[in-house]
Amino acid sequence: MSVLLDVKNLQVDLPTANGMLHAVRGIDFQVNRGEMLCIVGESGCGKSMTSMALMGLLPKRAQCTAERMAFDGTDLLTLSKKERNQIRGMRMSMIFQEPMTSLNPSYTLGNQLCEGILKHKKISRSEARERAIYLLERAGVPYAAERLEQYPHQLSGGLRQRVMIAMALMCEPDLIIADEPTTALDVTIQAQILRLIRELQQEFGTAVIFITHDLGVVARIADWVAVMYAGQVVETASARQLFSSPVHPYTQGLLNCIPVPGRTAPGSHLQAIPGVVPSLVGELQGCAFRNRCDRASTECTRSQPQLISVDGGQHQVRCPVMTQQWQEAV
Amino acid sequence: MLAFVVRRLLVALSVAFTVSVVSFMLLHLSGDLATSIAGPEATAEQVEDIRKQFGLDQPIVMQYLHWLWDALHFDFGRSYYFQDTVMGLIGERLPITLTLGGIALAVATLIAIPLGVLAAIKQDTWIDRLALLIAVIGQAMPSFWFGLALIVIFAVNLHWLPAGGNATWQHFILPAIALGYYATPAMMRLTRTGMLEVLGSDYIRTARAKGLNERTVIFKHALRNAVIPVVALMAVELGFMLGGSVVIESVFSLKGLGQLAWDAIARNDYPVVQAVVLIIAVFYIALTFLADVINAMLDPRLRVR
Repeated sequence: MSVLLDVKNLQVDLPTANGMLHAVRGIDFQVNRGEMLCIVGESGCGKSMTSMALMGLLPKRAQCTAERMAFDGTDLLTLSKKERNQIRGMRMSMIFQEPMTSLNPSYTLGNQLCEGILKHKKISRSEARERAIYLLERAGVPYAAERLEQYPHQLSGGLRQRVMIAMALMCEPDLIIADEPTTALDVTIQAQILRLIRELQQEFGTAVIFITHDLGVVARIADWVAVMYAGQVVETASARQLFSSPVHPYTQGLLNCIPVPGRTAPGSHLQAIPGVVPSLVGELQGCAFRNRCDRASTECTRSQPQLISVDGGQHQVRCPVMTQQWQEAV
Repeated sequence: MLAFVVRRLLVALSVAFTVSVVSFMLLHLSGDLATSIAGPEATAEQVEDIRKQFGLDQPIVMQYLHWLWDALHFDFGRSYYFQDTVMGLIGERLPITLTLGGIALAVATLIAIPLGVLAAIKQDTWIDRLALLIAVIGQAMPSFWFGLALIVIFAVNLHWLPAGGNATWQHFILPAIALGYYATPAMMRLTRTGMLEVLGSDYIRTARAKGLNERTVIFKHALRNAVIPVVALMAVELGFMLGGSVVIESVFSLKGLGQLAWDAIARNDYPVVQAVVLIIAVFYIALTFLADVINAMLDPRLRVR
């Protein structure tokens, strides 16, 4: 399978009053065509910043550097604003976390759905509307044709997210970045939206970077998973490998937090990872997770662990201690 | 949309009714009208005569209905002081004030909105600071002083424009700039704040994510939402310019409505005061109504309220 997006050593820094905040501290990942990569991590681990960096939507004050950020062979970082705009929206698009506020309240849905494709492609207004109706229907919006004349405030949050999904698909992009698209929705709608994104992704062969804090979501939809912690990827593997043999203590901790019917004893306390995320202002000494890790030793404070392969393949972990243990056990 | 307009119209009419009652009552609360018209030298008989002559002996409700009926036919009676009907006086003055206010609002809008947008886009740069400086000067400088400065520069020294009067459209340029500049800072600041807020919103990020160019993002997606409170403010400012332009009118010796009101108040010319208060209030109500309708056109969410 060919690589669509290749990111190497991506860093995002934000100057703050207390010093430089290193939101993303050198992450590497690849997305293959038609594949679903899930980036998991808790709030503030840099996952949203990563998606904004990919889209070029970082706040002005943010500084973004990378050794490589190649989209289908084109380095996104060297593009001019105009060239970037030709890729953005056309070949890569985004679904946001807040469907209630992500649509402009003053324009009809039809206007907002069609404006991107009218800008990017040589297509007539009526063709654009037809495509919008088709995609709204595919996204499960009833009365699609009438909806084009409606305004965002006339729709519920779930419907608005479906509109956002249809909007993201308008130009047949190669890559969709979905930044916690189900977080703001209630649970039944969440499940429908997840299924929808998975279905559409497979139907249109679109690659998706799905950003979430919910491992339950990851288990349902991911091909590949990257677990982020404190601005770094701490473990990356195929979804099957990650769930069957998690290696990094953070990944294990996250999985232990999820109660499993049958395995978790009734009445027992739910697991949690103790402690809090370290401050991302300034440099980190040693392993970022060591203060919350029950296997941390003095060795963990000494040097920054690197991502190393545990199985000689693509299952990589940023924890030498556990990697060694795992390899010995195998 | 039609239901919205009708509803707003009903509100406007009820406000106009209330204002008519208040403007009518205010004068009757300011003492015995017959005595003040007759003057301090008058005898009790003369006062009684005047009371009858002006219908002031009738019940107050009757006096109001009578006055309202005439007012609806644009008959506000005769001025106590000028040898003219009130309507004649107003007909002479109102066009001057409307012209002045209209041009001033245009001046204010043309400066305030582009400057506000620019300041927001270039936030924290020298352009932003310059816009802020212009706003602070505008707010701090008394309008009569600015008017005089304009006269000294453009009329007295450069001889480009006339210093006073209302003979041609050129006579309106300097007073309109003086009056418009006074309204600029508030509008500019509101535009800037609105733009900053909107530019930070999620739907602007969505628009950028579509790969739209910056011009479309700013003018199509941001400005329309940012300008809504500014439209409401513009109505207030124009209302203020109609009623409160008396300072500028006297600096540029324009015989407008503001000056008429000032003269009438100074001379206890009650029919004129009543009529001016009512007309300015009705204009104000009409402007607010218009602003509401424009805003409903801009923002569909307002139509349902």
